[in-house]
Amino acid sequence: MKKLVILGAGTAGTMMASHLRKKLSKSDWEITIIDQCKPHYYQPGFLFLPFDTYKPEDVKKSIDEFIPKGVKLIREKIDVIDKDSDTVVLDDGKKFKYNILILATGTKTAPGEVAGMLGEYWYKSIFDFYTYEGALALRDKLRLWKGGKLVVHITEMPIKCPVAPLEFAFLADSFFIKKGMRDKVDITYVTPLSGAFTKEKCTTALTYLLNDKNIKIVPDFAVEHIDGANGKIVDYGGEEVPFDLLVTIPTNMGDELMARSGIGNELNYVPTDKNTLQTKVKENIFALGDCTDVPASKAGSVAHFQAEILTENILLYIKGKELKPDFDGHANCFIETGHGKALLIDFNYEFEPVKGKFPFAGIGPLNLLTESRLNHWGKLAFRWIYWNMLLPARKLPFITPKMSKSGKNFN
Amino acid sequence: MEKVYAGKTVGVDKEGYLTDLSQWNAAIAMEIAKEEGVELTAKHFEVLSYLQDQQRKEVALSIRSIGKSGVVDIKQFYELFPKGPLKIASKMAGIPKPKSCI
Repeated sequence: MKKLVILGAGTAGTMMASHLRKKLSKSDWEITIIDQCKPHYYQPGFLFLPFDTYKPEDVKKSIDEFIPKGVKLIREKIDVIDKDSDTVVLDDGKKFKYNILILATGTKTAPGEVAGMLGEYWYKSIFDFYTYEGALALRDKLRLWKGGKLVVHITEMPIKCPVAPLEFAFLADSFFIKKGMRDKVDITYVTPLSGAFTKEKCTTALTYLLNDKNIKIVPDFAVEHIDGANGKIVDYGGEEVPFDLLVTIPTNMGDELMARSGIGNELNYVPTDKNTLQTKVKENIFALGDCTDVPASKAGSVAHFQAEILTENILLYIKGKELKPDFDGHANCFIETGHGKALLIDFNYEFEPVKGKFPFAGIGPLNLLTESRLNHWGKLAFRWIYWNMLLPARKLPFITPKMSKSGKNFN
Repeated sequence: MEKVYAGKTVGVDKEGYLTDLSQWNAAIAMEIAKEEGVELTAKHFEVLSYLQDQQRKEVALSIRSIGKSGVVDIKQFYELFPKGPLKIASKMAGIPKPKSCI
């Protein structure tokens, strides 16, 4: 019996388990998935928790609900990967030998990385919404907040779901208008990047959104420390931005397991071939989702496209054949713009988001890079698709892992 | 697109980043630095050469990784290349503008 071990039962790991259990014969391959967590969170929903749009039960289910039959789930903390002996060692000392290892351990916020972020102002005037706890603490704060300077802030790149902070700013604008207190709230968007959108075509097409919503932007800001007592964030160049309420995206880091095992980069991401998804650690170790260092967005849609391609490559690897360099960086994201509208963008390593129709050339029904109500409904419908189609690895009709170029305006 | 730096015609993108690192030389770096209002010292060149090495190894650059490189710490990096140091330094080093995904 050969052994395939998956580390992490989140979006990427669960999808891989579902794909591979369908493809690998049960008499030849034992599949084990290891994760210490109990809940499986629908992470895109965290964006809606602070505004009371989603309730906690909308985004939280149990991990084991989604592990396919024929896959063994082990709930234990992983101590170390010993790549030389092809062994995973758990905290309780148990050892798992593997023929193939798949890393899907994701990325986490690390608020301790910036001086002054964690401490007496954490969850009082400084919040994150990238965790379940943070999003709920922020919801409670917003319910009672009387207004003032709201600063939405990205600490450093890369972060999971790079558009979420901007969506948060847009939704905050809508939220305060609806509460009749927009005039009491000053919204500033602070980013280490040189603009709200780093992709040129997005900036051209979308900068009007910030102006329309009266959101100020402070670009090229690399935070050095946070002064909670005086309510300001300070950058390495000495620039200061004052806040009454800071909603920050802390540094994102891969799992510490990678540091303990000596296989991560300086942010604990695993060096991985950006096209085949084989790690540069060892030929029988593969990785997908947020835990890799590939220059694609850290997003569920990316993990979804990667899962289809990695499944093919694992089958090729087992047959001793050459892997296909098929992952093209394809990402597909809805961007909430507030007031019941959203944008949809589709891009890859090579092409920036463009205008056009999706998924059918010329027909749509969804418009790319243009605000619409239908896109907003698409985003909300996606929660159902996630639980019921993506995690069990059911084929999504018409949506291909490689980016389709038809129906898009590249000029 | 092409641009003349220090008497040499080089390929550049729309924002003036060199498209071929092999066309780079120190005089080009100094001229780009002048445009950015920076006067290059030996320390600057040490950083530029580190960035070029990383680029050749296809390692994605970040402020943090440079801070941990042992060449400069983040504070120094900002002093050497004020305001958006990674962007500015990449331009002077003749490597592509650092990518970050939307």
